[in-house]
Amino acid sequence: MLAFVIRRIGQSLLVLLIVGLVAFSMFRFVGDPIDNMLGQERTIEDVERLRAQLGLDQPFPIQYFKFLEGAAQGNFGVSYRQGRPVAEILLERAPATLELAAVSGVLAILAGIALGVFTAIRRNGPTAHTIMAASLIGVSLPTFLIGILLIYLFSVELGWLPSFGRGETVQLGSWWTTGFLTESGWKALILPAITLGLYQMTLIMRLVRSEMLEVLRQDYIRFARARGLRSRVVNFRHALKNTMVPVVTVIGLQLGAIIAFAIITETVFQWPGVGLLFINAIQFVDIPVMAAYLMLISVMFVGINLIVDILYVFIDPRLRVDRNGGH
Amino acid sequence: MTTEVKDKGRWQRFLESDFFYAFKRSPVALVSFAVVCLLVLSAVFAPLIAPTNPFDPASLNLMDGFTPPLEPNAFTGNTFLLGTDDQGRDVFSTILYGMRVSLFVGVAAVLFAMVLGIVLGLVSGYFGGWTETIIMRVADVQLTFPSILVAMLIFGVAKGFTPVEYRDQMAIWVLILAIGLSDWVQFARVVRGATLVEKNKEYVAAARMIGRSPWAIMIKHILPNALSPVLVIATISLALAIIAEATLSFLGVGAPPTQPSLGTLIRIGQGFLFSGEWWILFFPACTLLALALSVNLLGDWLRDALNPRLR
Repeated sequence: MLAFVIRRIGQSLLVLLIVGLVAFSMFRFVGDPIDNMLGQERTIEDVERLRAQLGLDQPFPIQYFKFLEGAAQGNFGVSYRQGRPVAEILLERAPATLELAAVSGVLAILAGIALGVFTAIRRNGPTAHTIMAASLIGVSLPTFLIGILLIYLFSVELGWLPSFGRGETVQLGSWWTTGFLTESGWKALILPAITLGLYQMTLIMRLVRSEMLEVLRQDYIRFARARGLRSRVVNFRHALKNTMVPVVTVIGLQLGAIIAFAIITETVFQWPGVGLLFINAIQFVDIPVMAAYLMLISVMFVGINLIVDILYVFIDPRLRVDRNGGH
Repeated sequence: MTTEVKDKGRWQRFLESDFFYAFKRSPVALVSFAVVCLLVLSAVFAPLIAPTNPFDPASLNLMDGFTPPLEPNAFTGNTFLLGTDDQGRDVFSTILYGMRVSLFVGVAAVLFAMVLGIVLGLVSGYFGGWTETIIMRVADVQLTFPSILVAMLIFGVAKGFTPVEYRDQMAIWVLILAIGLSDWVQFARVVRGATLVEKNKEYVAAARMIGRSPWAIMIKHILPNALSPVLVIATISLALAIIAEATLSFLGVGAPPTQPSLGTLIRIGQGFLFSGEWWILFFPACTLLALALSVNLLGDWLRDALNPRLR
């Protein structure tokens, strides 16, 4: 068990080191930082001095190590485009993305589980069939088209909801800005949250449905019914509970996906979050921002996967026996 | 592969196969195949079909701008099947040319992913050892990231490494590289799995015995037995690659405005949604959907027809 955890952590660190190497090589080989910092009128002494000052005269491994040290402390240098420290920009943009991701995650989980249970219990009803067919279309529509469709319906035709931005935000503490406290903030959140959550919702719904169908076939459910328990108790207390282990795992893994897909949603709705920042950074080849985002998202994904993997072994005793028996 | 009566041609044999019979009996397969054929042919022959060349400035008339579909323009009296955009470009022609870019990027990316995946899958399955460990580890790690994110990151990194003056010309190739690299894992996994099964069979031992080289064994003997799942994955990947390309181009990190794909056209069209010129967005979006959906349905059908066990 402990060996598994240690090996798994070691793997994660290795992945992060490699991603760090990619990020660092972007810094090192795309353009000359000296050219970016010094103007036309420079002397060779100036260049040499700055080179030594920045540590660029040192061997590659030492530079790489220094870069990692800085990255671990959240120091990614200065954005070429905005001229401000990258960490500061990221911190300013993070609340928008996190609030959007949180709302669409909650939406996806609640609606996904509810619809999944419904379609499993009434699996031959016309409503369930309609929901399943609609979910198929939902899965094959690209996210950005769903966003545009929603904008067209609710902003252009009906004029109910804004089509871009975050609405009014309120400052909380020193750096967190929230849209949760104003009416316009909530209104602006609705369409992006649906766009972002829709795919995950259909995913959770389909998973819950198939797991429920599997569980409902089992003997203990039939036995519970035979005992005369009400179907609500059977469906929710006995059946749903046992579908939750795989569902929780998938939800955990989808957390990262929501943050990643936020890039698309944020661009469609011009939502001022981290994803939009990253897209703009790619367009203008703003390397410090790209490198920082690359590192950030990798840490997040690797972390989530590590936690899910370890939790899985803790939750499901069968896996533990397997792994120990296998070695 | 099958040794049938010699006097029938390949084509005749194909027409009598179970595969073709299943195809004839499936309305979904027939319709989606017809749609794919229609779209691919009209993309290939775009210069012949398109009423105007949208990239020839001489054929454009700014006065034609914003003509609604099938209505004569207020100034020039010209009528366009699907209307025109802000610069007077015929939307129908831009869609035909845009589909060329979308299909080219999609097909090239899938081919690239397929070749890479097949080679890595064969090597890791056949040789095993540390080569296999490294390749499959990388594959595992890559699978934990959504492929569209991987494509975006690779696009960003590759764009960073391209010299500034080549960036627009190279964008299409960088896009192919990015989508291809984000998509090889599935191929590698399937081919490796098949190789692990096949390499212990007697015909491989026999081939080794007569002294064929490992590469000849892998490509000539093992690979043909792994081809049908590869074909299925390639079709489904094509739909995903077309959508990935459209998404990247829509986000403004894909095909440049000088070579617009369907995604770029949708990006341009989104700007006119509020002023009421819906056709600039609507028709490219419908084309993209029709293309992606029909390729996807075809892939689904192919999966069921060739190998019901897969997935």
